[in-house]
Amino acid sequence: MSDHLRPVTFTRSGALAGAWDAMPMALSSVAFGLVFGVAARQAGLTLAEATVMSTLVFGGSAQFVAVGIWGSPVPIFAVIVATLIVNARYLLMGASLRPWYSRMRRRQAYGSLFFLTDTNWPLQLQAFQRGEREGAVLMGSGIFMLSTWVASTAIGHAAGAAIGDPRTWGLDFTIVAFFAAVLVKLWHGRGDAMPWTVAAATAILVHALVPGFWHVIAGALAGSIAGAIRDGR
Amino acid sequence: MGADPWSIDPLAAVAIIGMAVASYAMRAGGFWMMRWMPMSRRVEAWLRHIPGAVIISLLAPMVARGGLPELIGTAIAAVAMKVTGHDLAAIVAGIAGVAALRAVM
Repeated sequence: MSDHLRPVTFTRSGALAGAWDAMPMALSSVAFGLVFGVAARQAGLTLAEATVMSTLVFGGSAQFVAVGIWGSPVPIFAVIVATLIVNARYLLMGASLRPWYSRMRRRQAYGSLFFLTDTNWPLQLQAFQRGEREGAVLMGSGIFMLSTWVASTAIGHAAGAAIGDPRTWGLDFTIVAFFAAVLVKLWHGRGDAMPWTVAAATAILVHALVPGFWHVIAGALAGSIAGAIRDGR
Repeated sequence: MGADPWSIDPLAAVAIIGMAVASYAMRAGGFWMMRWMPMSRRVEAWLRHIPGAVIISLLAPMVARGGLPELIGTAIAAVAMKVTGHDLAAIVAGIAGVAALRAVM
């Protein structure tokens, strides 16, 4: 723990190293951005709306969910609640950075957290866990990934008509494949089987009975609380 | 669809700004709240189980309401992730698998 007491630096070279490490993630976000641009166009978002959303929200899962329930008029409340639910996992990632980010200037920490995503958060955490004292990895990788994300959203939206129906190419399956890949990374062993089964069964049941996105809350709470009850004593 | 590409509907603007605020609140909120939150073992265990539970709650109904191509495609993506360790490879494999299966089934 005494390691946490050493100051954390925030340098340009740290940011550049983060951007370099994020190269595969940035490339993969181009594929998502293109698909998101197409999906946003089909849901009726204008080019400006899609690119502003990608810039300010910077979260593929939340944005895909939002355009999935987008309509006319826009269901504002549902979109915001869905964003909170889908992004609630960021609470945990942010919490995990506390021991190191509390050693940086406050505006560096809170500025960096804007750029936190599923894929660059592990880069920052791994850097700290290797014993590096460089806090700019998250922001450096984040700025790079945000740029490719926004640019590819715009291109996807503009080329939407040319790309055509994503179903033909299986592109509507992207988000399912992505979640499957994330789950493989999140799998820590047999201990996850029970909470995940509880979550999946609850989500499928609630999804069949209740319209909207409540199945995500219901499934996530049921699964995580089941895990906490088993492990938390 | 015929709208000016640079126009922003006022309701869409409110929704997008709301999404942005919600997203930042989640990103910064966990870090912020840890100032006061004493971690009990049960809270820690709960937090640790949330990510997997959230993702599988999103995924399970999508797969359940899809057909056999989607089910097999999900398995292909998971196996590709396990083998390659790259999420892009997993996604490409999953998409290619689903597209091929839909074409023949």
